[in-house]
Amino acid sequence: MEIHSPEFKEKSRIALHDVNLQKALSNLKAGFPVKRSIAVARMPEFEQLRDEGTALKNHILENLDIYLEQFEANVIKNGGHVHWCRTPEDACKKILDICKEVDAKTVTKGKSMVSEEINLNDYLEKNGVEPIETDLGEYILQLRGDHPSHIIAPAIHLNLEDVSEIFHEKHKRPKSSDPAVLMQEAREMLREKFAGADVGITGANFLVAETGSTIIVTNEGNGDLTQTLPKTHIVVTSIEKVVPTLEDMTLFLRLLARSATGQEFTVYNTLSTGPRRTGDQDGPENFHVVLVDNGRSEMVGTEFQDMLRCIRCSACMNHCPVYGAVGGHSYGWVYPGPMGSVLTPQMIGIEQAALLPNASTFCGKCESVCPVRIPLPKLMRHWREDEFSKHLSPKAVRWGIGGWAFFAKRPALYRLLSTSSNLFLRLMAGKKGRIKKIPMAGGWTDWRDMPAPSGKTFMSQYKSRKQS
Amino acid sequence: MSKAEILGNIRHGLKRGEATQEQKQAVLNRINKHARNIVPQRAQLPHEEQVALFIAMATEAAAEIYQMDSINEVPQICANWLKAHNISSLITASDASILALDWSSVSDELSCEQRVAQVGDAASLTSSFAGIAETGTLMLHSGATSPTTLNFLPDNHFVILKRSDIVGPYEDAWQKLRDKTQGDLPRTVNMITGPSRSADIEQKLQMGAHGPKDLIILLIND
Repeated sequence: MEIHSPEFKEKSRIALHDVNLQKALSNLKAGFPVKRSIAVARMPEFEQLRDEGTALKNHILENLDIYLEQFEANVIKNGGHVHWCRTPEDACKKILDICKEVDAKTVTKGKSMVSEEINLNDYLEKNGVEPIETDLGEYILQLRGDHPSHIIAPAIHLNLEDVSEIFHEKHKRPKSSDPAVLMQEAREMLREKFAGADVGITGANFLVAETGSTIIVTNEGNGDLTQTLPKTHIVVTSIEKVVPTLEDMTLFLRLLARSATGQEFTVYNTLSTGPRRTGDQDGPENFHVVLVDNGRSEMVGTEFQDMLRCIRCSACMNHCPVYGAVGGHSYGWVYPGPMGSVLTPQMIGIEQAALLPNASTFCGKCESVCPVRIPLPKLMRHWREDEFSKHLSPKAVRWGIGGWAFFAKRPALYRLLSTSSNLFLRLMAGKKGRIKKIPMAGGWTDWRDMPAPSGKTFMSQYKSRKQS
Repeated sequence: MSKAEILGNIRHGLKRGEATQEQKQAVLNRINKHARNIVPQRAQLPHEEQVALFIAMATEAAAEIYQMDSINEVPQICANWLKAHNISSLITASDASILALDWSSVSDELSCEQRVAQVGDAASLTSSFAGIAETGTLMLHSGATSPTTLNFLPDNHFVILKRSDIVGPYEDAWQKLRDKTQGDLPRTVNMITGPSRSADIEQKLQMGAHGPKDLIILLIND
């Protein structure tokens, strides 16, 4: 996917005035957060599960190399192959090689954000292999030449009318505005594609070291058809997804569905272990796991290590007021919302992604719903520090922060300045107590009046209370 | 090349070289213990209540459940259901309990065939390995007599579940599977909770996306 993160401000401005997008986003706000809170209320142990999940992920990360090698050994033991890929280019090339080995013309795909991250579809197309997205949301997007705006509800930015139009255009069938009819149409269109594909590519939600299994979690069943019907199954996934045992995987499955869609359990949780066995009548003959790094291994041992706990549930973006206002495409790359604002700078560079960790009020909602308690605001703040220390922020910002720091380190001067500017603002506000315009700070007054500071300053209140 | 670099980065971050034998052994020991994490109270019940919970949760997930006292009732129940849905063919798995079924009384209205599923199949019948009460989830696995395509390609999926195969939490099902396979997992293990669905269009839930539109559980009170 092309990088548009430097255009975050411009894209957000457009998004805020896009009536259709705002309508689509309202579906999100009324859906996932409500369902999640109901599911959490039905699971009295939920907070304990979060604590255990957090501790377990930390344990895994402290032993990540050992668990990965154990996973690899068990995949091989079961007749599969593991390919380690440091960069997106390595991963694309490896996947293409496997496709060429079996002379693949078409590839069906289950939903995979890692495949978006490595821009796999473009690469396959350029090299003569046709990728076919089979998740309903991803299928709609592929027909439109569009990209996901959410990690589990990829077409959340679209309305029924958009789907209705593109299906009518591409399927050459009478136009319908019934979601049930549209879904049936996609089902029929994809049936033969599933059966005719040479290779099936899926992602993985977890990798089980104990058994060398990969697991996918889906509601549609498209991932299962993708990985069962073709002769070759390729799992494209990333290194932080490994867990020790089936029991440990189970802990995360209990957290994942509830945090993501608010379901008690996702419809299909499917483990794949190696290729088909002797005597099996169906299933793939070849099983490959492509392990993508793309900057993750460099996060181990840094202030960003906590981010590697992420299980991609999307709760952070579902609850984020910024995501809810501007939508996923404004973030300009694969991963939107709070988790994206931490991951994207790591993957495409802070130089291009600096605006993302700044697109937060640090309200803390994301951290409060994260199933593995990732301190997302703190991690975004680390990126802001990195941006500042690399001199990437605009001069006005740097001078502003520099000026503030000068006074903050000199409390007497700071108090003098804050008391006098309070007085000044109050004078500006007049009797009504509201300021209509502040020179050079239009952002505060362009859309509404700014209320003048009222009452005494914190320090003077503190002093007077201490005395009494 | 990539592998060495990735592992090197991880070890650099962990401020150590390759793990020592003790560190590796500690990880192996942790794996081999199969220790359980917190198991929700909800799933820790006497067996009778597990069955009731399984039925309640599977029904909530939009599965249909038919209870019967003997597996011999399966052909008639399938035939009735399929007739009501205007379907006259059924593809079945070939495990011993399905092979033992007598379809002669319904052979006028229903043709049965044992094979893998193909595009266009209207209905399938398989056995399940376990039922998990916690969320009304079926566990099925692949094998010579249980092709995975039967669980996904046909429009309607009948699953036989023996009452005695219902367990409380997922963990009990994993242990049951380890006991059966000596730890060597089959190619595919499916956990299925209700029929296929999607909410990708405007977040409105629609049933029957790519997998079966109906999941019919035939619960045998053995």
